[in-house]
Amino acid sequence: MTDATHGMSEPRQKTSLTAADARTAARNRAEKRFQYYGIAAIIAGGVFLVLLLTAILSNGIPAFQRATVNIEFTLTQEQFDEAEGTMLKTKVYTGFFIDALTAQLTESGIETEFDNKRIERLLGKVGGTIRAHYRENPQDIGQPTRFELPASSRVDRYFKGTFDRSGIGDGNRFIMPGDLDFADDLRAAGILTQSFDWNFITGVDTGVDNAGQAGIGASVLGSFMMMIVVLVLSLPIGVAASIYLEEFAPKNRFTDLIEVNISNLAAVPSIVFGILGLAVFIQFMGLSQSAPLVGGLVLTLMTLPTIIISTRASLKAVPPSIREAALGIGASKMQAVFHHVLPLAMPGILTGTIIGLAQALGETAPLLLIGMVGFVARYPETFLQGFEGPNSAMPAQIYNWASRSDAVFTEKAWGGIIILLIFLLSMNILAIILRRRFERRW
Amino acid sequence: MNDMRIIQRTAGMNDIKIHAKGVDVFYGDNHAIKDVSVDIEDKTVTAFIGPSGCGKSTFLRCLNRMNDTIDICRVTGDIRLDDEDIYDKAVDPVQLRAKVGMVFQKPNPFPKSIYDNVAYGPRIHGLARNKADLDEIVEKSLRRGAIWDEVKDRLDAPGTGLSGGQQQRLCIARAVATAPEVLLMDEPCSALDPIATAQVEELIDELRQNYSVVIVTHSMQQAARVSQKTAFFHLGDLVEYGETGKIFTNPDDSRTESYITGRIG
Repeated sequence: MTDATHGMSEPRQKTSLTAADARTAARNRAEKRFQYYGIAAIIAGGVFLVLLLTAILSNGIPAFQRATVNIEFTLTQEQFDEAEGTMLKTKVYTGFFIDALTAQLTESGIETEFDNKRIERLLGKVGGTIRAHYRENPQDIGQPTRFELPASSRVDRYFKGTFDRSGIGDGNRFIMPGDLDFADDLRAAGILTQSFDWNFITGVDTGVDNAGQAGIGASVLGSFMMMIVVLVLSLPIGVAASIYLEEFAPKNRFTDLIEVNISNLAAVPSIVFGILGLAVFIQFMGLSQSAPLVGGLVLTLMTLPTIIISTRASLKAVPPSIREAALGIGASKMQAVFHHVLPLAMPGILTGTIIGLAQALGETAPLLLIGMVGFVARYPETFLQGFEGPNSAMPAQIYNWASRSDAVFTEKAWGGIIILLIFLLSMNILAIILRRRFERRW
Repeated sequence: MNDMRIIQRTAGMNDIKIHAKGVDVFYGDNHAIKDVSVDIEDKTVTAFIGPSGCGKSTFLRCLNRMNDTIDICRVTGDIRLDDEDIYDKAVDPVQLRAKVGMVFQKPNPFPKSIYDNVAYGPRIHGLARNKADLDEIVEKSLRRGAIWDEVKDRLDAPGTGLSGGQQQRLCIARAVATAPEVLLMDEPCSALDPIATAQVEELIDELRQNYSVVIVTHSMQQAARVSQKTAFFHLGDLVEYGETGKIFTNPDDSRTESYITGRIG
């Protein structure tokens, strides 16, 4: 008992409780400093988040708006027959459109000049659109019909403020300064308006000719199909593997090895999974390229470690007393796990699964390697085609748009990011709701 | 409570329920139980006492093979329940545990309703033919657990919402519901306050009418109050086993006396 007598030889100095000694003061200063570091870190994080969101929203919101020319006219049966009898059919229809437009402009009392070429630069091939509409909907012949014709991308951007006259060089075949004056006139007459662009959400990818019409719809569907594949495969496989490893498997070198490898798999770069998918699923197994099925399989491989790790963690978090209680009244091991442990681990499993899915949803690199980044201008025709047919996915589509030269596509890419983020956010909210709902106290 | 003076208490001549002979338990290289032989009687409360780490809980867990769930644990020797070797290859530990119920140190009700807590055992063992049967078993078990009056109006309430003492009695009711022959209790009162402890002890005394009860306890007073037979363990050895009155008043072994009088522990 040397400790007790140590230091007892000198009498203790009297100190006041109200005056902090040097040691205490230093300790308190260190604690204060640490708190300031923490606050600074949070502020820095917050600032970056705000910057990111502002950038995304300010760049992306315009993608949801679209300048359209609204025009209403009536095509009689005779006009239709006459137009269909000529050689240059669409030109006749463009003529009808110009007549109607002139009429509407005169009605609003605005004088302006335009010709076929200007209309084409402003609205693309109007005649073709109108002809296609009447051929598909013959019942509209003789009826007043309303057309919403999307303005060309430059006009669209002119109204959004991302394009101005100074950007028009000599010999620009896409637009001339006079076109923009004409567009201003149309706007003044209430013929050209800006409205919410549903086509961006429901539409498919387009070429550079009508860049403004490009939509993310088909890629959303592609992503959705992949998520179905990922969920259907990775949840049961992941949960079964974790339950076996956590509850049944003997603890030995072999299971340790498996455990270490699962943790390592979670850290493997996604592009490695992409090239693996290319080699195994497409080249070896002969599944079709660019198919959401293959994409889903690759993402399943990527998601499995995440699900297994989180499931094992939540199984571990269930108190052993619950297992003992069940075993103690004669439940078999499987009954103890499925009746008592699994329900308690459910919130953690669901959260892990959804986080894994969200991760998979935003994954781009592996999709590039299995060809899910192509130009997809059509929706799949059947449900099964949705899995087997070529499609893109949201992040791949965004990447694709961002790498195109037309500035409209850049805008679309930002808009696509907003949609992707909305999906991720709703998945995370779902995870929180499910966790709240299934959470039980013990 | 059992008011009998411990000196007067003698165990009746009951049948031997569990017959353990030469039991050794190893945790890896650690020899936790050394050559223990005990005969546990039917309709008797047997207490295992001893200092922490002496192996009393380990030995208790051998009696319903709960040690099987620990990978590194190895049990040798002969433990017979009604003359059947419980470590026989043909014995399914699940069936054994239905006969030898267990109550744990910390109350561990399932995070389910009170009713479901008690009904779970009968359900998995198929003891009830219909809902009415099951209701009856639940009520009978809760009455046995001396908790029926407190919970009969809220059988749908979660079992985890009860107080500690109520939870422990619920766990006893749950163990009783599978109609076991032996009830093992591993320090059932260590997490309870004195009032709840008194209630559980009273209950243990009542359970003696129907079951063979084996209780591990750190409290010598508790062992003296509830048990008819006492076994004193020390460092993995069974030092002394006999009638409670004798162990507490006139032990044969000096180590027992030292422990009871508080000199070792």
